[in-house]
Amino acid sequence: MGSAGQSHGLITARDAGLVACQQCGQVHPLHARICKRCEGRLRSRDEESLQKVWAWLIAGMIAYIPANVYPMLLTSTLVERSESTIIGGVVELVEYGSWGIAAIVFIASVMIPVGKFIAIVYLALSVQRRSIANQHERHKAYEVVEFIGRWSMIDVFVVAILSALVQLDTIATINPGIAALSFALSVIFTMLAAQAFDARLIWDANRTRQ
Amino acid sequence: MTTDALPLDDLVACPQCDTLHRASALPDNARAHCQQCGIVLMTSQPAAMARILSLALTAFIMMIAAVSFPFLTLDAGGLHNATSVIDAVLAFNDGYAFPLAVAVAFFIVVIPLMRLSALIYALGPLVREKKPRQGARKAFALAERLRPWSMAEIFIVGVTVALIKVAGLAAVTIGPAFWAFAGVVVITVLKDQLICRYSIWEALDKATA
Repeated sequence: MGSAGQSHGLITARDAGLVACQQCGQVHPLHARICKRCEGRLRSRDEESLQKVWAWLIAGMIAYIPANVYPMLLTSTLVERSESTIIGGVVELVEYGSWGIAAIVFIASVMIPVGKFIAIVYLALSVQRRSIANQHERHKAYEVVEFIGRWSMIDVFVVAILSALVQLDTIATINPGIAALSFALSVIFTMLAAQAFDARLIWDANRTRQ
Repeated sequence: MTTDALPLDDLVACPQCDTLHRASALPDNARAHCQQCGIVLMTSQPAAMARILSLALTAFIMMIAAVSFPFLTLDAGGLHNATSVIDAVLAFNDGYAFPLAVAVAFFIVVIPLMRLSALIYALGPLVREKKPRQGARKAFALAERLRPWSMAEIFIVGVTVALIKVAGLAAVTIGPAFWAFAGVVVITVLKDQLICRYSIWEALDKATA
Protein backbone atom coordinates (compact mmCIF):
# COMPACT_ATOMS: atom_id res chain seq x y z
CA MET A 1 0.00 0.00 0.00
CA GLY A 2 1.59 3.13 -1.18
CA SER A 3 -0.64 5.87 0.10
CA ALA A 4 1.20 7.21 3.09
CA GLY A 5 -1.88 8.27 5.04
CA GLN A 6 -1.63 7.91 8.79
CA SER A 7 -3.53 4.79 9.74
CA HIS A 8 -5.01 6.14 12.97
CA GLY A 9 -6.80 9.40 13.32
CA LEU A 10 -8.07 9.37 9.76
CA ILE A 11 -9.71 12.66 8.90
CA THR A 12 -11.98 13.58 6.07
CA ALA A 13 -11.36 16.24 3.51
CA ARG A 14 -14.37 18.11 4.92
CA ASP A 15 -12.93 18.10 8.46
CA ALA A 16 -9.69 19.47 7.06
CA GLY A 17 -11.61 22.33 5.47
CA LEU A 18 -11.18 20.87 2.01
CA VAL A 19 -13.36 19.50 -0.73
CA ALA A 20 -12.29 16.78 -3.14
CA CYS A 21 -13.38 16.48 -6.75
CA GLN A 22 -15.18 13.14 -7.14
CA GLN A 23 -14.25 12.97 -10.77
CA CYS A 24 -10.49 13.47 -10.65
CA GLY A 25 -9.57 13.43 -6.95
CA GLN A 26 -8.08 16.94 -6.89
CA VAL A 27 -8.37 18.53 -3.43
CA HIS A 28 -9.53 22.15 -3.09
CA PRO A 29 -10.33 24.59 -0.29
CA LEU A 30 -13.90 24.07 0.95
CA HIS A 31 -15.32 27.17 -0.73
CA ALA A 32 -14.25 26.16 -4.24
CA ARG A 33 -17.16 25.40 -6.58
CA ILE A 34 -15.53 24.21 -9.81
CA CYS A 35 -12.59 21.82 -10.00
CA LYS A 36 -9.52 23.54 -11.35
CA ARG A 37 -8.27 20.33 -12.92
CA CYS A 38 -11.25 18.80 -14.67
CA GLU A 39 -13.84 21.56 -14.40
CA GLY A 40 -16.27 19.23 -12.66
CA ARG A 41 -18.71 20.52 -10.03
CA LEU A 42 -17.44 20.30 -6.48
CA ARG A 43 -19.68 19.27 -3.62
CA SER A 44 -18.40 18.23 -0.24
CA ARG A 45 -21.61 16.24 0.21
CA ASP A 46 -24.53 15.89 -2.12
CA GLU A 47 -27.28 17.30 0.11
CA GLU A 48 -30.06 16.19 -2.20
CA SER A 49 -28.57 12.75 -2.67
CA LEU A 50 -31.27 10.85 -0.78
CA GLN A 51 -34.09 12.78 -2.42
CA LYS A 52 -32.79 11.83 -5.85
CA VAL A 53 -32.20 8.24 -4.79
CA TRP A 54 -35.81 7.85 -3.60
CA ALA A 55 -37.21 9.50 -6.71
CA TRP A 56 -35.30 7.30 -9.17
CA LEU A 57 -35.87 4.22 -7.06
CA ILE A 58 -39.64 4.67 -6.92
CA ALA A 59 -39.71 5.32 -10.67
CA GLY A 60 -37.72 2.12 -11.18
CA MET A 61 -40.07 0.09 -8.98
CA ILE A 62 -43.13 1.42 -10.78
CA ALA A 63 -41.68 0.57 -14.20
CA TYR A 64 -40.84 -2.93 -12.96
CA ILE A 65 -44.54 -3.78 -12.49
CA PRO A 66 -45.67 -3.59 -16.15
CA ALA A 67 -42.37 -5.21 -17.09
CA ASN A 68 -43.57 -8.34 -15.32
CA VAL A 69 -47.24 -8.18 -16.22
CA TYR A 70 -47.07 -7.55 -19.96
CA PRO A 71 -45.38 -9.76 -22.57
CA MET A 72 -41.70 -9.38 -23.32
CA LEU A 73 -41.79 -11.43 -26.53
CA LEU A 74 -44.52 -11.96 -29.13
CA THR A 75 -43.85 -15.17 -31.03
CA SER A 76 -45.87 -16.32 -34.00
CA THR A 77 -45.24 -19.54 -35.89
CA LEU A 78 -47.22 -21.40 -38.56
CA VAL A 79 -49.40 -23.05 -35.99
CA GLU A 80 -49.64 -20.68 -33.07
CA ARG A 81 -49.18 -17.23 -31.65
CA SER A 82 -47.80 -16.88 -28.18
CA GLU A 83 -46.75 -14.20 -25.77
CA SER A 84 -44.25 -14.68 -23.01
CA THR A 85 -43.51 -12.60 -19.96
CA ILE A 86 -40.18 -12.50 -18.12
CA ILE A 87 -41.16 -15.38 -15.85
CA GLY A 88 -42.82 -17.19 -18.78
CA GLY A 89 -39.52 -17.04 -20.67
CA VAL A 90 -37.66 -18.56 -17.76
CA VAL A 91 -40.24 -21.35 -17.45
CA GLU A 92 -39.93 -22.08 -21.19
CA LEU A 93 -36.16 -22.37 -20.89
CA VAL A 94 -36.55 -24.79 -18.00
CA GLU A 95 -38.95 -26.86 -20.11
CA TYR A 96 -36.33 -27.05 -22.89
CA GLY A 97 -33.95 -28.30 -20.23
CA SER A 98 -31.61 -25.31 -20.51
CA TRP A 99 -31.20 -24.92 -16.77
CA GLY A 100 -28.05 -22.81 -16.97
CA ILE A 101 -29.55 -20.23 -19.30
CA ALA A 102 -32.80 -20.19 -17.35
CA ALA A 103 -30.76 -19.43 -14.25
CA ILE A 104 -28.91 -16.56 -16.00
CA VAL A 105 -32.17 -14.98 -17.18
CA PHE A 106 -33.83 -15.47 -13.79
CA ILE A 107 -30.89 -13.95 -11.94
CA ALA A 108 -30.56 -11.01 -14.35
CA SER A 109 -34.25 -10.19 -14.68
CA VAL A 110 -35.70 -11.06 -11.28
CA MET A 111 -33.09 -11.53 -8.58
CA ILE A 112 -30.82 -8.60 -9.50
CA PRO A 113 -33.60 -6.00 -9.89
CA VAL A 114 -35.43 -7.07 -6.74
CA GLY A 115 -32.18 -7.40 -4.79
CA LYS A 116 -31.23 -3.92 -5.97
CA PHE A 117 -34.52 -2.41 -4.83
CA ILE A 118 -34.04 -3.94 -1.37
CA ALA A 119 -30.38 -2.92 -1.15
CA ILE A 120 -31.03 0.70 -2.15
CA VAL A 121 -33.97 1.02 0.27
CA TYR A 122 -31.76 -0.36 3.04
CA LEU A 123 -28.86 1.97 2.17
CA ALA A 124 -31.07 5.05 1.99
CA LEU A 125 -32.92 4.24 5.23
CA SER A 126 -29.74 3.51 7.16
CA VAL A 127 -28.21 6.82 6.05
CA GLN A 128 -31.39 8.68 7.00
CA ARG A 129 -31.27 7.14 10.47
CA ARG A 130 -27.55 8.01 10.74
CA SER A 131 -26.86 4.38 11.55
CA ILE A 132 -23.27 3.55 12.47
CA ALA A 133 -23.69 -0.21 12.21
CA ASN A 134 -22.14 -2.33 9.44
CA GLN A 135 -20.50 0.56 7.62
CA HIS A 136 -18.07 -1.71 5.79
CA GLU A 137 -20.83 -4.11 4.80
CA ARG A 138 -23.05 -1.27 3.60
CA HIS A 139 -20.25 0.21 1.58
CA LYS A 140 -19.67 -3.23 0.03
CA ALA A 141 -23.40 -3.48 -0.73
CA TYR A 142 -23.24 -0.09 -2.45
CA GLU A 143 -20.30 -1.21 -4.58
CA VAL A 144 -22.06 -4.44 -5.55
CA VAL A 145 -25.25 -2.55 -6.48
CA GLU A 146 -23.28 -0.10 -8.63
CA PHE A 147 -21.40 -2.92 -10.34
CA ILE A 148 -24.16 -5.43 -10.92
CA GLY A 149 -27.16 -3.26 -11.81
CA ARG A 150 -26.28 -2.90 -15.47
CA TRP A 151 -26.37 -6.67 -15.95
CA SER A 152 -30.15 -6.69 -15.75
CA MET A 153 -30.12 -5.37 -19.30
CA ILE A 154 -29.41 -8.92 -20.55
CA ASP A 155 -33.08 -9.67 -21.13
CA VAL A 156 -33.61 -6.50 -23.16
CA PHE A 157 -30.73 -7.45 -25.42
CA VAL A 158 -32.07 -11.01 -25.73
CA VAL A 159 -35.36 -9.58 -26.96
CA ALA A 160 -33.52 -7.24 -29.37
CA ILE A 161 -31.44 -9.95 -30.97
CA LEU A 162 -34.30 -12.48 -31.11
CA SER A 163 -36.65 -10.06 -32.79
CA ALA A 164 -33.99 -9.07 -35.32
CA LEU A 165 -33.00 -12.64 -36.06
CA VAL A 166 -36.28 -14.49 -36.13
CA GLN A 167 -38.06 -12.77 -39.00
CA LEU A 168 -38.91 -15.70 -41.28
CA ASP A 169 -42.13 -14.41 -42.82
CA THR A 170 -44.77 -17.02 -42.30
CA ILE A 171 -42.76 -19.72 -40.57
CA ALA A 172 -41.77 -17.85 -37.47
CA THR A 173 -41.47 -14.28 -36.31
CA ILE A 174 -40.57 -12.83 -32.95
CA ASN A 175 -41.41 -9.25 -32.00
CA PRO A 176 -40.71 -7.24 -28.86
CA GLY A 177 -43.53 -6.68 -26.39
CA ILE A 178 -44.24 -3.55 -24.38
CA ALA A 179 -42.61 -5.10 -21.29
CA ALA A 180 -39.20 -4.78 -22.95
CA LEU A 181 -39.56 -1.02 -22.87
CA SER A 182 -40.72 -0.83 -19.26
CA PHE A 183 -38.06 -3.27 -18.14
CA ALA A 184 -35.32 -1.21 -19.81
CA LEU A 185 -36.69 1.92 -18.13
CA SER A 186 -36.74 0.17 -14.76
CA VAL A 187 -33.07 -0.80 -15.14
CA ILE A 188 -32.07 2.72 -16.23
CA PHE A 189 -33.97 4.33 -13.34
CA THR A 190 -32.41 2.06 -10.72
CA MET A 191 -28.94 2.66 -12.21
CA LEU A 192 -29.56 6.39 -11.81
CA ALA A 193 -30.75 5.79 -8.24
CA ALA A 194 -27.51 3.98 -7.42
CA GLN A 195 -25.44 6.73 -9.04
CA ALA A 196 -27.29 9.44 -7.12
CA PHE A 197 -26.35 7.80 -3.82
CA ASP A 198 -23.46 9.65 -2.17
CA ALA A 199 -21.41 6.89 -0.48
CA ARG A 200 -19.66 9.44 1.71
CA LEU A 201 -22.90 9.71 3.69
CA ILE A 202 -22.47 6.12 4.95
CA TRP A 203 -19.24 7.10 6.66
CA ASP A 204 -20.42 10.46 7.95
CA ALA A 205 -22.71 9.05 10.65
CA ASN A 206 -20.05 8.56 13.30
CA ARG A 207 -17.92 11.49 12.29
CA THR A 208 -17.79 14.40 14.66
CA ARG A 209 -19.21 17.22 12.60
CA GLN A 210 -22.92 17.94 12.71
CA MET B 1 -8.71 31.23 2.87
CA THR B 2 -6.36 31.68 -0.05
CA THR B 3 -6.02 29.22 -2.85
CA ASP B 4 -2.62 27.98 -1.78
CA ALA B 5 -2.69 25.27 -4.39
CA LEU B 6 0.68 23.64 -3.90
CA PRO B 7 0.29 21.51 -0.77
CA LEU B 8 -3.24 20.52 -1.81
CA ASP B 9 -1.84 18.77 -4.86
CA ASP B 10 -0.15 16.24 -2.61
CA LEU B 11 -3.42 15.19 -1.00
CA VAL B 12 -5.91 12.61 -2.21
CA ALA B 13 -9.38 12.28 -0.80
CA CYS B 14 -11.23 9.00 -1.22
CA PRO B 15 -14.08 9.63 -3.65
CA GLN B 16 -16.37 7.27 -1.76
CA CYS B 17 -15.80 8.14 1.91
CA ASP B 18 -13.93 11.47 1.81
CA THR B 19 -11.01 10.22 3.91
CA LEU B 20 -7.92 12.31 3.29
CA HIS B 21 -4.62 10.68 2.34
CA ARG B 22 -1.22 11.96 1.45
CA ALA B 23 -0.22 10.85 -2.05
CA SER B 24 3.19 9.37 -2.61
CA ALA B 25 4.91 7.66 -5.51
CA LEU B 26 3.92 4.01 -5.82
CA PRO B 27 6.32 1.22 -6.75
CA ASP B 28 5.46 -0.51 -10.04
CA ASN B 29 2.43 -2.81 -10.05
CA ALA B 30 1.31 -1.61 -6.64
CA ARG B 31 -2.15 -0.49 -5.53
CA ALA B 32 -3.03 2.06 -2.91
CA HIS B 33 -6.25 1.45 -0.97
CA CYS B 34 -8.33 3.83 1.07
CA GLN B 35 -7.58 3.20 4.74
CA GLN B 36 -11.17 3.75 5.77
CA CYS B 37 -13.35 2.00 3.18
CA GLY B 38 -10.79 -0.01 1.26
CA ILE B 39 -11.47 1.01 -2.34
CA VAL B 40 -8.52 1.26 -4.71
CA LEU B 41 -7.33 4.86 -4.84
CA MET B 42 -4.53 4.48 -7.35
CA THR B 43 -2.55 1.85 -9.16
CA SER B 44 0.79 2.03 -10.78
CA GLN B 45 1.51 0.02 -13.89
CA PRO B 46 4.53 0.65 -16.06
CA ALA B 47 3.67 2.00 -19.52
CA ALA B 48 -0.05 1.86 -18.72
CA MET B 49 -0.74 4.89 -20.89
CA ALA B 50 0.72 3.34 -24.05
CA ARG B 51 -1.07 0.06 -23.36
CA ILE B 52 -4.40 1.79 -22.79
CA LEU B 53 -4.01 3.71 -26.03
CA SER B 54 -3.09 0.67 -28.11
CA LEU B 55 -5.93 -1.39 -26.65
CA ALA B 56 -8.38 1.47 -27.28
CA LEU B 57 -7.27 1.72 -30.91
CA THR B 58 -7.61 -2.05 -31.38
CA ALA B 59 -11.07 -2.06 -29.83
CA PHE B 60 -12.14 0.86 -32.00
CA ILE B 61 -11.14 -0.90 -35.23
CA MET B 62 -12.76 -4.16 -34.14
CA MET B 63 -15.95 -2.29 -33.25
CA ILE B 64 -16.11 -0.94 -36.81
CA ALA B 65 -15.77 -4.52 -38.06
CA ALA B 66 -18.41 -5.67 -35.58
CA VAL B 67 -21.03 -3.29 -36.94
CA SER B 68 -20.20 -3.80 -40.63
CA PHE B 69 -20.11 -7.58 -41.03
CA PRO B 70 -22.98 -10.03 -40.63
CA PHE B 71 -23.48 -10.91 -37.00
CA LEU B 72 -25.73 -13.96 -37.09
CA THR B 73 -27.60 -15.79 -39.82
CA LEU B 74 -30.66 -17.92 -39.38
CA ASP B 75 -31.87 -20.72 -41.67
CA ALA B 76 -35.14 -22.54 -41.32
CA GLY B 77 -37.38 -24.25 -43.83
CA GLY B 78 -35.57 -22.75 -46.83
CA LEU B 79 -35.82 -19.23 -45.46
CA HIS B 80 -32.75 -17.24 -44.63
CA ASN B 81 -32.23 -14.15 -42.48
CA ALA B 82 -28.91 -12.43 -41.90
CA THR B 83 -28.65 -10.00 -39.02
CA SER B 84 -26.07 -7.36 -38.30
CA VAL B 85 -25.68 -5.51 -35.01
CA ILE B 86 -27.51 -2.60 -36.61
CA ASP B 87 -30.50 -4.87 -37.33
CA ALA B 88 -30.60 -5.86 -33.69
CA VAL B 89 -30.95 -2.21 -32.83
CA LEU B 90 -33.61 -1.64 -35.47
CA ALA B 91 -35.68 -4.51 -34.08
CA PHE B 92 -37.32 -1.96 -31.82
CA ASN B 93 -37.94 0.63 -34.50
CA ASP B 94 -41.67 0.30 -34.81
CA GLY B 95 -43.96 2.55 -32.83
CA TYR B 96 -43.81 2.60 -29.06
CA ALA B 97 -40.49 0.79 -28.87
CA PHE B 98 -38.60 3.44 -30.82
CA PRO B 99 -37.01 5.04 -27.73
CA LEU B 100 -35.75 1.59 -26.84
CA ALA B 101 -34.06 1.31 -30.25
CA VAL B 102 -32.24 4.53 -29.57
CA ALA B 103 -31.23 3.39 -26.08
CA VAL B 104 -29.99 0.01 -27.30
CA ALA B 105 -28.02 1.69 -30.10
CA PHE B 106 -26.36 3.93 -27.52
CA PHE B 107 -25.64 1.15 -25.03
CA ILE B 108 -24.00 -1.27 -27.43
CA VAL B 109 -22.45 0.84 -30.21
CA VAL B 110 -22.54 4.62 -29.76
CA ILE B 111 -21.37 4.88 -26.14
CA PRO B 112 -18.58 2.29 -26.47
CA LEU B 113 -17.34 4.14 -29.59
CA MET B 114 -17.61 7.52 -27.82
CA ARG B 115 -15.60 6.22 -24.87
CA LEU B 116 -12.92 4.79 -27.13
CA SER B 117 -12.59 7.93 -29.26
CA ALA B 118 -12.50 10.17 -26.18
CA LEU B 119 -9.71 8.08 -24.67
CA ILE B 120 -7.72 8.03 -27.91
CA TYR B 121 -8.17 11.79 -28.23
CA ALA B 122 -7.14 12.51 -24.64
CA LEU B 123 -4.27 10.06 -24.26
CA GLY B 124 -2.78 10.07 -27.78
CA PRO B 125 -0.56 13.15 -27.32
CA LEU B 126 0.46 12.05 -23.80
CA VAL B 127 1.94 8.82 -25.10
CA ARG B 128 3.99 10.77 -27.64
CA GLU B 129 4.99 13.13 -24.81
CA LYS B 130 3.32 16.14 -26.39
CA LYS B 131 0.98 18.71 -24.89
CA PRO B 132 -2.58 17.44 -24.46
CA ARG B 133 -5.08 18.47 -27.11
CA GLN B 134 -7.65 21.10 -26.35
CA GLY B 135 -10.52 19.53 -24.45
CA ALA B 136 -8.48 16.47 -23.49
CA ARG B 137 -9.65 16.82 -19.89
CA LYS B 138 -13.31 17.05 -20.90
CA ALA B 139 -12.83 14.02 -23.13
CA PHE B 140 -11.28 11.90 -20.39
CA ALA B 141 -13.91 12.97 -17.85
CA LEU B 142 -16.60 12.00 -20.36
CA ALA B 143 -15.03 8.60 -21.03
CA GLU B 144 -15.07 7.84 -17.31
CA ARG B 145 -18.58 9.16 -16.74
CA LEU B 146 -19.94 6.98 -19.55
CA ARG B 147 -18.34 3.81 -18.21
CA PRO B 148 -21.44 2.31 -16.56
CA TRP B 149 -23.54 3.00 -19.66
CA SER B 150 -21.32 1.11 -22.05
CA MET B 151 -22.92 -2.33 -22.18
CA ALA B 152 -21.14 -4.26 -24.93
CA GLU B 153 -20.24 -7.09 -22.56
CA ILE B 154 -23.83 -7.44 -21.41
CA PHE B 155 -25.01 -7.53 -25.01
CA ILE B 156 -22.71 -10.45 -25.82
CA VAL B 157 -24.15 -12.45 -22.89
CA GLY B 158 -27.64 -11.54 -24.14
CA VAL B 159 -26.73 -12.84 -27.59
CA THR B 160 -25.56 -16.13 -26.11
CA VAL B 161 -28.86 -16.53 -24.29
CA ALA B 162 -30.76 -15.70 -27.49
CA LEU B 163 -28.73 -18.27 -29.47
CA ILE B 164 -29.71 -21.02 -27.08
CA LYS B 165 -33.36 -19.99 -27.23
CA VAL B 166 -33.37 -20.15 -31.05
CA ALA B 167 -31.23 -23.26 -31.35
CA GLY B 168 -34.24 -25.56 -31.19
CA LEU B 169 -36.17 -23.54 -33.77
CA ALA B 170 -33.65 -23.09 -36.56
CA ALA B 171 -30.02 -23.38 -37.63
CA VAL B 172 -27.97 -20.38 -36.56
CA THR B 173 -24.60 -19.51 -38.08
CA ILE B 174 -22.24 -17.20 -36.24
CA GLY B 175 -20.75 -14.51 -38.47
CA PRO B 176 -17.40 -12.68 -38.30
CA ALA B 177 -18.97 -9.70 -36.56
CA PHE B 178 -19.83 -11.88 -33.57
CA TRP B 179 -16.15 -12.70 -33.00
CA ALA B 180 -15.15 -9.09 -33.61
CA PHE B 181 -17.69 -7.97 -31.01
CA ALA B 182 -16.47 -10.58 -28.53
CA GLY B 183 -12.96 -9.25 -29.15
CA VAL B 184 -14.09 -5.70 -28.40
CA VAL B 185 -15.53 -6.90 -25.08
CA VAL B 186 -12.35 -8.69 -23.98
CA ILE B 187 -10.10 -5.81 -25.01
CA THR B 188 -12.32 -3.24 -23.30
CA VAL B 189 -12.17 -5.17 -20.03
CA LEU B 190 -8.36 -5.36 -20.24
CA LYS B 191 -8.16 -1.65 -21.06
CA ASP B 192 -10.48 -0.54 -18.25
CA GLN B 193 -8.46 -2.50 -15.72
CA LEU B 194 -5.39 -0.50 -16.69
CA ILE B 195 -7.08 2.86 -16.25
CA CYS B 196 -6.08 4.56 -13.01
CA ARG B 197 -7.95 7.85 -12.92
CA TYR B 198 -5.54 9.44 -10.51
CA SER B 199 -2.43 8.72 -12.59
CA ILE B 200 -4.06 9.87 -15.82
CA TRP B 201 -5.18 13.16 -14.26
CA GLU B 202 -1.67 13.62 -12.88
CA ALA B 203 -0.20 12.91 -16.31
CA LEU B 204 -2.60 15.39 -17.95
CA ASP B 205 -1.53 17.99 -15.36
CA LYS B 206 2.14 17.33 -15.89
CA ALA B 207 1.89 17.46 -19.68
CA THR B 208 0.09 20.80 -19.57
CA ALA B 209 2.53 22.45 -17.18
